[in-house]
Amino acid sequence: MSDHDHDHEHARTFQPDHAEPTSDGARLGLALRELLIEAGHYTALEEQAVIASMQGASPENGARIVARAWADSAYKARLLANGAAAIRELGFELEPYEFTVMENTADTHNVIVCTLCSCYPRALLGMSPAWYKSSSYRARIVREPRAVLAEFGVTLGDDVAVRVHDSTAELRYMVLPQRPDGTDDWTEQQLTALVTRDSLIGTQRELDVA
Amino acid sequence: MSDPVFQVGQRVRIADRTPPVHHRVPAYAKGHVGVIERVCGLHGQPEKFIRGNGKPAQRIYRVVIPQDELWMNYAGTAADRLEIEIFEHWLESAE
Repeated sequence: MSDHDHDHEHARTFQPDHAEPTSDGARLGLALRELLIEAGHYTALEEQAVIASMQGASPENGARIVARAWADSAYKARLLANGAAAIRELGFELEPYEFTVMENTADTHNVIVCTLCSCYPRALLGMSPAWYKSSSYRARIVREPRAVLAEFGVTLGDDVAVRVHDSTAELRYMVLPQRPDGTDDWTEQQLTALVTRDSLIGTQRELDVA
Repeated sequence: MSDPVFQVGQRVRIADRTPPVHHRVPAYAKGHVGVIERVCGLHGQPEKFIRGNGKPAQRIYRVVIPQDELWMNYAGTAADRLEIEIFEHWLESAE
């Protein structure tokens, strides 16, 4: 293809820097998208904008939300009661999904999974980790959550209940980790830097203040 | 907007059926009894998207099932729980 003799119009390509597809599945996907654009369902520019916005999302967005909740108990109450409305206050949006925040406490640990596929608040937190999509994690975290969490380094005593949230439909979840001790006088910016991607999924419990 | 059929705290059974279309109920939860944890919004029916737009929209509920009722020989405590989103047309009262 070095002489570039194929006949598609580059005005219809979505990510101009992408290589030409080589697998049948990728070709099929590209053909479907071209047909949708040709039929007027959306434009290539609109698709590019969605891709760019998703690429701009990262766990730091979640960390900002967590830090605000730690710093402001009234905000935390609003966040737990109605996640979608509370993150809108900070300029985030996850429509049409219902954004739902689950709070870790001294006697409760929350962990998120999608057993049916790999649902994840991607427009907010960016791409999910590879293991989150693996069939092993998806099958085992519901069946033996304590064993899987221990493999992630989270060892829970019998005094801590595990809540496994299976993201099977139109809700998207984030865990609100516990605020570490000794951070009472920290700024929101300092608190944001403590929060990791895995702590937002629930495969990490303690945050490292060192 | 239809009113919710089920209320928070109500015991419900998740239907044990496998329609030959895409649906959003994992096999491990089918037939199990849980308690409504919260009443969510109305969303398109997964089973109907394949033939159109998912309408009429259905209510989603979060259902809590104790882990030791879900799995044989569960390795954990009686307080461990699985929480899952189920559409209204997959639920029946188990009061």
